[in-house]
Amino acid sequence: MTDPLFDYTLRLGDDALILGQRLGEWCGHAPTLEVDLSLSNIALDLVGQATHFLEYAAELEDAGRDADRLAFHRDALAFRNCLLVEQPNGDFGRTMARQLLFSLHQKLLFEALAGSTDERLAGIAAKAVKEVRYHADLAAEWVIRLGDGTEESHNRMLEGFEWHWRFVQELFDMDELEAGLAREGIAVDRTALRPAFDAALSAILAEACLPEPDYPRPVTGGRKGHHGEHLGHLLAVMQHLPRSYPDARW
Amino acid sequence: MVSTETFHSRVMAILADVPDPEIPALSVVDLGIVRDVRPDPAEVILTPTYSGCPATAAIEASVRQALDAAGLETVGIRTVLSPPWTTDWITKAGHEKLRAYGIAPPAPSGETPCPLCGSHDTEEVSRFGSTPCKSQWRCRSCLEPFDRFKCH
Repeated sequence: MTDPLFDYTLRLGDDALILGQRLGEWCGHAPTLEVDLSLSNIALDLVGQATHFLEYAAELEDAGRDADRLAFHRDALAFRNCLLVEQPNGDFGRTMARQLLFSLHQKLLFEALAGSTDERLAGIAAKAVKEVRYHADLAAEWVIRLGDGTEESHNRMLEGFEWHWRFVQELFDMDELEAGLAREGIAVDRTALRPAFDAALSAILAEACLPEPDYPRPVTGGRKGHHGEHLGHLLAVMQHLPRSYPDARW
Repeated sequence: MVSTETFHSRVMAILADVPDPEIPALSVVDLGIVRDVRPDPAEVILTPTYSGCPATAAIEASVRQALDAAGLETVGIRTVLSPPWTTDWITKAGHEKLRAYGIAPPAPSGETPCPLCGSHDTEEVSRFGSTPCKSQWRCRSCLEPFDRFKCH
C-alpha cells in the first residue's frame, strides 16, 4: 500500500510534466514566433510545477529516488496523469482546445489547493496559480480568435474540442484515495470545481461562436496507469537520453 | 562574534553584487528574490521568480560562489516557494536599472511608457516573451520593440 499523499502528489506532478513535454514538441514548429515563445513558456511553467511536485513526491516516498528518477525512469503504467494531457498535439486548434480545458481546470484546482492543510502542496499551488492564469487567458484568446475566425479556423476549433470532450470528466473524478485526502483538508474536492469550470467554459465558447459541449461517454483510467498508446511514444522521446546514458550530466 | 545586524548587512552587500543571469543589469537583491539572511543557522533564503525559471539553478550557483569567495563557506542556501514571489518585491533601484537597460518595469497602473523614448503610445505584442517574467511590447512612436516586466 503506497502512501496516498505520494500518489496524489504524483498525479499533480505527472499532469504538469506530460503536458509540458507535449507543448515542448511545438518548439520551433508553432505558426508564428510569438506563439512559439508562448507555448514554450507555458511548457516551462508546467515543467517547473512538475519539478516541485515530483521533488516532494520523492521526499515522501523516501526510497532513494529523486524528481529526475521519477520523471525519467518510470514506465507508462506507473504514470498517474490524466488522459487529456497525453493527447497528441494535432493541429494548433486541437492544442488550444486541450490547453483551455486543462488550464481552466488547473486554475480552479490550484486556487483551492493553495488552501490545503499540506503546506508544501499549498505553497506549490499558490506559486503556480499566478502562472496558470496566463495559460488560461492565452488559450481563451486563441479559442475565441479561431472559433470566431474563418470557416476553416472555426471548423478546426470544433474538431479540436470534439477530440477532447471525452477526457474532461476525468479531470473532476474523485476516487477513494482523493476523497480520503480531501476529508483531511489535503486534497481538493474536484467535483466542487465543476460548476465554475462549466460556467467559464460556456462563456468562452459563446464568445468564440462555438456550440456548448456535447459530452460523449467519458474515457478514464489515467490515475490508475491505464493510458493510451500515445503516452508510450511521448515517454520514448522524453526518457530516451537519461535512460540511454543513466549518469549523464548537463 | 559579529552582531546579527553586521552579519545581515555584510551578506546583503555581497549579494548586491551578484547579477541575475538573464537580466545582468539587476542584482538578485534588486530582483527581490533574496527573502532573508539568517544568522543561526547561517543561511540565505532565496525564492524563484517563476516555477520553471531556468535561471534558478544558475542563481543559486552564483550566490554560492559569491559567498565562498567572501569566506562564508558555512553559510547555507535554502530555496522557499512560499510566500510566492511578486514583482512588488523588485526594489526602486531595480525599477530604474530595468528602465536604463531597456526593459519597461512592472507598473500596477498598467502604464507602459517606452523605456527608449518615453512615449506612452505603446502596445503589447505578446504576453509571453524571451523569459517567463517578460512580455513583448512595441512603441508606436519610435517603432522599437521592447520587453516589459510582467506584473506578477
